[in-house]
Amino acid sequence: MIGKLGLIIRREYLAKVRNRSFIVMTILSPLLIVGMIVLIAYLTKINDNEKRVISILNESAFFHQEFKPTEQISYIHLDGLSLDDAKDSINSMGYYGLLYLPYGKDVEQVAKSAYLYTKDNPNTQMTQHLEGIIQRRLRQGRLEKLGVSQDQFSQVEQPFEINLATFDGEKSVKGINEIKAFIGGGFGYAIMMFIIIYGGFVMRSVIEEKTSRIIEVIISSVKPFQLMLGKIIGTSLAGITQFTIWLISASLLLFLAVMLFGIDLGSMAESSNMPPGAMNEMSQLATMDSEMMTYAREILDIPWGLLIVSFFIYFVLGYLIYSSIYAAIGAAVDNETDTQQFIFPIILPLMLAIYVGFFSVFSNPHGPIAVGFSLFPLTSPIVMLMRLPGGIGEGGVPLWQLLVSIALLIITFLGIVSLAAKIYRVGILMYGKKPTYKELIKWLRY
Amino acid sequence: MDNILVAKNVSKSYGNYTALSNISLNIPKNCIYGLLGPNGAGKTSFIRIINQITHPDTGEILFNGEPLAPQHISYIGYLPEERGLYKSMKVGEQALYLAQLKGLSKAEAKKRLKYWFDRLDIGDWWNKKIQELSKGMAQKIQFIVTVLHEPKLLIFDEPFSGFDPINANIIKDEILQLKEKGTSIIFSTHRMESVEELCEYIALIHKSEKILDGKLSEIKKAYKNNIFNVGLEIQQDADALMENLNKNHNILSSSFDSVENQLDFRVQLPSSHTAKILAELSSVANVNRFEETIPSANDIFIQTVNKKDNDR
Repeated sequence: MIGKLGLIIRREYLAKVRNRSFIVMTILSPLLIVGMIVLIAYLTKINDNEKRVISILNESAFFHQEFKPTEQISYIHLDGLSLDDAKDSINSMGYYGLLYLPYGKDVEQVAKSAYLYTKDNPNTQMTQHLEGIIQRRLRQGRLEKLGVSQDQFSQVEQPFEINLATFDGEKSVKGINEIKAFIGGGFGYAIMMFIIIYGGFVMRSVIEEKTSRIIEVIISSVKPFQLMLGKIIGTSLAGITQFTIWLISASLLLFLAVMLFGIDLGSMAESSNMPPGAMNEMSQLATMDSEMMTYAREILDIPWGLLIVSFFIYFVLGYLIYSSIYAAIGAAVDNETDTQQFIFPIILPLMLAIYVGFFSVFSNPHGPIAVGFSLFPLTSPIVMLMRLPGGIGEGGVPLWQLLVSIALLIITFLGIVSLAAKIYRVGILMYGKKPTYKELIKWLRY
Repeated sequence: MDNILVAKNVSKSYGNYTALSNISLNIPKNCIYGLLGPNGAGKTSFIRIINQITHPDTGEILFNGEPLAPQHISYIGYLPEERGLYKSMKVGEQALYLAQLKGLSKAEAKKRLKYWFDRLDIGDWWNKKIQELSKGMAQKIQFIVTVLHEPKLLIFDEPFSGFDPINANIIKDEILQLKEKGTSIIFSTHRMESVEELCEYIALIHKSEKILDGKLSEIKKAYKNNIFNVGLEIQQDADALMENLNKNHNILSSSFDSVENQLDFRVQLPSSHTAKILAELSSVANVNRFEETIPSANDIFIQTVNKKDNDR
């Protein structure tokens, strides 16, 4: 019996990996993905490299040292021109804008009638930056009036960061929860993608056996359950092969790309659309060495062993559950167009897991929603993995939750696989009927 | 044991639909057994039970005297009515796979496949994909795959559908050869003409019930009703002769060819005893034809099915 299962697995695996579209996808995808990354990185770099030049026409007695060039903005001081001449000249010279500071008897008056002239609507970040500089000067002026010296002002302006620590006294840093959830989320997301892609393959392969009418020949030699299991395992092995090839070739290509184009991936990560809370704060703080160390320690502290072991447990169980449902759907229908009504209910819990995971686990990894979804078997493979980088026990996932979640998953697995096998067994020999849910429930009793 | 397969009171229903009700059959060894019945009668349901694709709700099946069990799968070969092959798989590879699923070793399967491919003259198809073959060609592969593991019991469900007449003949000869070699064969069909030449035993299934079974020759004997076709070459007046014959015999129909002076008629006799009427006819005319009409399987089939339907 094991021998037959092995034969089926081997056939399904070979049928999949020899398929032309599979080969093309396997080769092309890493190229496409790396190509995209390189392109985005390249474009981002070009974008960032554009230094904006602001010319300043300063007729006042103030603001002579305040505007210091930064990475993004440089300043050119135009003196002795009239406003109209200045406007004309910056327009023709292609500067970004003209900051006009007219004569005034004090800072307040200058600020009040200051103008920023630009060709298009100005960039918000830029405006805020300029406003910040002027405001700081205004504040200084107002405090001076109250008798605060410049030194005192500098002292008052010292930035403040709150110190963070866990209850057991370890120093902690901002954003680490989000980073941990991201890592877990990465694993969860991989599971979801794998289920959707390879579950679909399983389904199509069942439909193919039905439409080519080979099914009855096969199941006169092996049990339908063996065929279903062999198909699921064979397809997933093909999938793992594909994922491994992708992973290796994508990292090789990425390495090559970095070498060739000299793209700084770090700078890209900062400017990409990561949640502002996590990444901005991290990059601000990361400038400080001790903070950097804390991050490194925290990331090393993530229980990688546990994470990888549970990834495999959740991956295997989750994939088996979902792909046996896919197999049952494939058996129930005659062609792929009839599958729509059944597929949506499968994808729903997966999507829910990802979205609920990203929202609730990010804000509170141990809140009731996060706990609930990490116990519920259809979402737990994704949500629990998002929580797990926090570790087990104090400050992390309570051990009982992990055990209950896995136990529920195993029970569900046994239940769903036997139900799916029943539908599969009946469905593969049914032709020409467009099944309804009612029909499927009837099949369970045959 | 001289029965390869015995079914005892087998019933199967799907929900409210009864597919088989209380079927009992004895299928003798080394014969061709026809499983007949209209579409939807329950033939395929019964065959699926023999192949252990489904299981009976009640009743028992004995294979070679033992209760049917998973290890018997390798002794059974099944050519289903709904049949096909993996379209994008190569012929040889596919045949090897299916043979191995039936329990043959790879080397053994290869050896036997070579024999069969040579025998049916299709050796050069080995590396072709099924989708490159015609339907009839694929059916040949299918046939080989079914018989390759030399099963004790072969089940053919509508084996000739999809074959052109020439290939159908080749396959028919192969089936007869297999029977010669000692294989027991179940032959399921609703096409009666093939039954006459192949089957020794038949069972008639109608609306999920067995309504008739036994040896075909005996069934025919039981169903014949002593009707004879008679041809006479006459000199006298045909009408007068007929009138005369009608007095003593149950004449069913008659026709007269005045050019050839040939009188043909059908007569039903009270018994299969023919000496008396032959003597009587010989005395008045030259008997050039006298034969008993034996009902065809088709007649029996229609007659029994109609009778069954009328009884309800």
